[in-house]
Amino acid sequence: MSIQEAGKSSHPLNVIVATDCGSTTTKAILIEKVDNEYRQTYRGEAPTTVEAPFEDVTRGVLNAIAEIEELSGRKILDGEKILTPNRAAQGDPRTGVDIYISTSSAGGGLQMMVTGVVQNMTGESAQRAALGAGAIVIDVLASNDGRLPHEKIERIRTMRPDMILMSGGTDGGAVTHVVEMAEYIAAAEPRPRFGATYKLPLIYAGNKDAQGQVKHILGEKAALEVTDNIRPVLERENLAPARNKIHDLFLEHVMQQAPGYKKLIDMTGAPIMPTPAAVGVIMETIARRDHLNLIGVDIGGATTDVFSVFEGVFNRTVSANLGMSYSISNVLAEAGLANIMRWVPFTIDEQTLRNRIKNKMVRPTTIPQTLDELQIEQAIAREALRLALIHHKSLATGLKGVQQERTISDVFEQQTSGKTLIDMLKLDLIVGSGGILSHAPRRVQSMVMMVDAYEPLGFTRLSVDSIFMMPHLGVLSTIDEKAATDVFVRDCMVYLGTCVAPIGQGKDGERCADYEIMFSDGKVVKDQLTFGELRLFPLALNQKATMTMQPAKQVNLGAGPGTPVTREVQGGVVGLMLDGRGRPLQLPADQLARVAALTKWFSAVGLYPTANKNVEF
Amino acid sequence: MAHSYTPGLTVTDCAVIWRRRQLPLPGTVLVKAGDRVQSNQPVARAELPGKVYPLNLANQLGVAPDEIKEYLIKKEGDAVQKGEILAENKPLIKWFKTEIRSPVTGKVESLSTVTGQVLLREPPRVLELLGYVDGTIVEIHPNQGVTVETTCSLVQGIFGIGGETSGELVVAVTSPDEALMPTHLKPDMKGKIVVGGSFLSAETMAKAKEIDVAGLVVGGIHDKDLRTLLGYDLGVAITGTEQVGFTLILTEGFGTIPMAQKTFALLSAHTGEKASISGATQIRAGVIRPEIIIPRRAGSLTGISTALPERDGIQIGDPVRIIRDPLFGKIGEVSALPSDLQKIPTESEVRVLEVKFADGSRAVIPRANIEVIEGS
Repeated sequence: MSIQEAGKSSHPLNVIVATDCGSTTTKAILIEKVDNEYRQTYRGEAPTTVEAPFEDVTRGVLNAIAEIEELSGRKILDGEKILTPNRAAQGDPRTGVDIYISTSSAGGGLQMMVTGVVQNMTGESAQRAALGAGAIVIDVLASNDGRLPHEKIERIRTMRPDMILMSGGTDGGAVTHVVEMAEYIAAAEPRPRFGATYKLPLIYAGNKDAQGQVKHILGEKAALEVTDNIRPVLERENLAPARNKIHDLFLEHVMQQAPGYKKLIDMTGAPIMPTPAAVGVIMETIARRDHLNLIGVDIGGATTDVFSVFEGVFNRTVSANLGMSYSISNVLAEAGLANIMRWVPFTIDEQTLRNRIKNKMVRPTTIPQTLDELQIEQAIAREALRLALIHHKSLATGLKGVQQERTISDVFEQQTSGKTLIDMLKLDLIVGSGGILSHAPRRVQSMVMMVDAYEPLGFTRLSVDSIFMMPHLGVLSTIDEKAATDVFVRDCMVYLGTCVAPIGQGKDGERCADYEIMFSDGKVVKDQLTFGELRLFPLALNQKATMTMQPAKQVNLGAGPGTPVTREVQGGVVGLMLDGRGRPLQLPADQLARVAALTKWFSAVGLYPTANKNVEF
Repeated sequence: MAHSYTPGLTVTDCAVIWRRRQLPLPGTVLVKAGDRVQSNQPVARAELPGKVYPLNLANQLGVAPDEIKEYLIKKEGDAVQKGEILAENKPLIKWFKTEIRSPVTGKVESLSTVTGQVLLREPPRVLELLGYVDGTIVEIHPNQGVTVETTCSLVQGIFGIGGETSGELVVAVTSPDEALMPTHLKPDMKGKIVVGGSFLSAETMAKAKEIDVAGLVVGGIHDKDLRTLLGYDLGVAITGTEQVGFTLILTEGFGTIPMAQKTFALLSAHTGEKASISGATQIRAGVIRPEIIIPRRAGSLTGISTALPERDGIQIGDPVRIIRDPLFGKIGEVSALPSDLQKIPTESEVRVLEVKFADGSRAVIPRANIEVIEGS
């Protein structure tokens, strides 16, 4: 049964309740049709109850929905049941909802292990298929991954994945290596993460000529499913069949084992989706609808998901250990103290900072109470975002191992296959989601965090998810695209504004570019942007302005060094930001100079309520 | 009705707790329901399959994979000793003979005529699962393990490293705000669980390792000392398997933080008694906190059955610990619970509560930044 078929209902969808069961909290939203337009009206939140003592995910769902009931005055629950459909036809429109839908990443999400023959070819294709389906890839095994055979077997044994995806070989190619990998898996007898009583789901999506042998070797040892090869020929990836199989098995096997999910599946009117898969659906929808190249990020407590759509190609990666609470300490370990401190506009000794970060790790639900604590968290967020994008760029690539035709003109400029698809100059939109971005006290803080972390080039629009509802809308879009689009446009997406960042570097105060901004009310601003300067112009939501920029000789705005560019720029709740801090962005190495520069930039855009001072501890 | 979530750590003098002891794979349960068990007594046993060693015979003999059966000396299922000949070729001239010897002792598990490899498996390793706490077996999970019940004093820590151990409880400092210094540690503390006060330095850890104490329980440590102890920067709080010479439990957090008076008093009251501790911490996908369990001796408690109280949201008068700067580590009690959202210095609008401290002063704190000290 496809998602679309499952979601079809005999009655119109006027009132919808949707939940996202996250690892810490279950978030519920209510969507209602008002004057032929869908709007998100209320939201509720409750702790997720996958773990002891409850061990039943539906408890948290019912609690979150009960909060919506209290706030909205609508009767949705009848004991432990969700009242469907809405009783409008019976003259009681304040009772019941038409459908209940949900996404889930509780219990650590969908954890997968993937295998390939050549690590950066079929191994990467398998990784992309699993990531695109919303999984966390806990290991990639390949014939050439440098590990000895017995080390591979030991690794498979010690992993407790929810599912394995096997790939390897092109159709009609050699079967030996992929059969060898099947033998390793069989010898390791891998066991699933939840429950010892069922067989581990395993998808084979490799060389079709090896299907028989793989069935022979693994048929008895795992719940084997065979699907089309993800790399039928070197030049082409075919990820959809494997992704669909992952979704099916996620519902049939993994979800059935997680506490309370059988009940949850019965409650929902459409198949439950893994949270990142639902967010991916929304990102793809935005890019397709507006013909955009975009980067989306969902920065959570444990993981950071990055999505991109460039020239219609969708990619998703998850940085499993980069996050703002459970994994905050790992951001420090990976980024290094100096990289975090470069964003902090005061001095603080290393020991105090390290202890504070560890205390956040062991008490992940706490929030910054003072301004300096907020600034430290936002500094860490910049680094988590930056590292997750680096990770994403390394995997969102063209296919590796593909033969390229070269002409004489390529002699001086040969590019290897597998180049990253992420081109920051062609990027139209950055979409931010997750607590630290969605709930920043000032929206400008979200904008500056993303600008600092991603260093967008040229003209780039930025937005955030207002209250974290992209997962809900992702699953909703699979059953009612209009409802999802309505809510997305009106209540979910908050456009922050546009960042204009010339490429090039210069000394502070040197000319970077001359600019002229023509606002829609006829007002014209003409001025010069100098290096080391950050400026913010008010340009409200739904307003546009025409901007002409004449960059300095060595400075590029996308059309070439020194070449002027005229573009229409769009406003947002923050406005139009001109970033003359140089690309690549460089911060002063000297501590005092750095603090002074940060303080200048932060006050130029009104980032924080008061002027910063050195904080003594 | 949903209510705001306030995490809490249990510190209680009397509770009945159950600990499920589970084998990593099916095995044999060694005890029966109703048995009294000791912490160091095996309650179940399993055989962990031996390591697998693949060996590509076809490559080594220089033959096609589907021909390897003709060269095998040992067949599938046969036992082999390390160095024994597994396969050999039969050339016309003896000098060209190739013998493939087994790199391990075990058995020939399987062979493949597609890849030309044999899989050798080492003998299984016996794994014994211990009782962990002194108590009574209340449930048998056939082939999986048991549940042990014990009536005990229970202290949950906030973070720990190292696995399960047990030993006599000894308090080495005189007050909860006194740091545990190397001079506090004496040779007779070997194998014991030593309770310190507010802080544990790297020097004290080194001394603890030297003396070979079983466990250390303190208020706080510096992150840099943890890094030195582990040899790496701990990125994600999933612990319990570290081997640093002792099990370490922090009751408050990172930094110099006096141990909560209630915790210190409880542990002090049980000096000389046997305790079971575990440093295992997991702060994601199922919270596991480190714990100190001091079972009541048989007969010392009659007719009392105290399950952990179920808490229904935070209430005025609840003892709380502030768990975020600027008042991190301070302990007080809830004096007001305003329901409206309030703007805090970060400009966020959040639910708050008022805490009254022992000196009579009060502070308004976001509800997310306090922790209830649970237990009676």
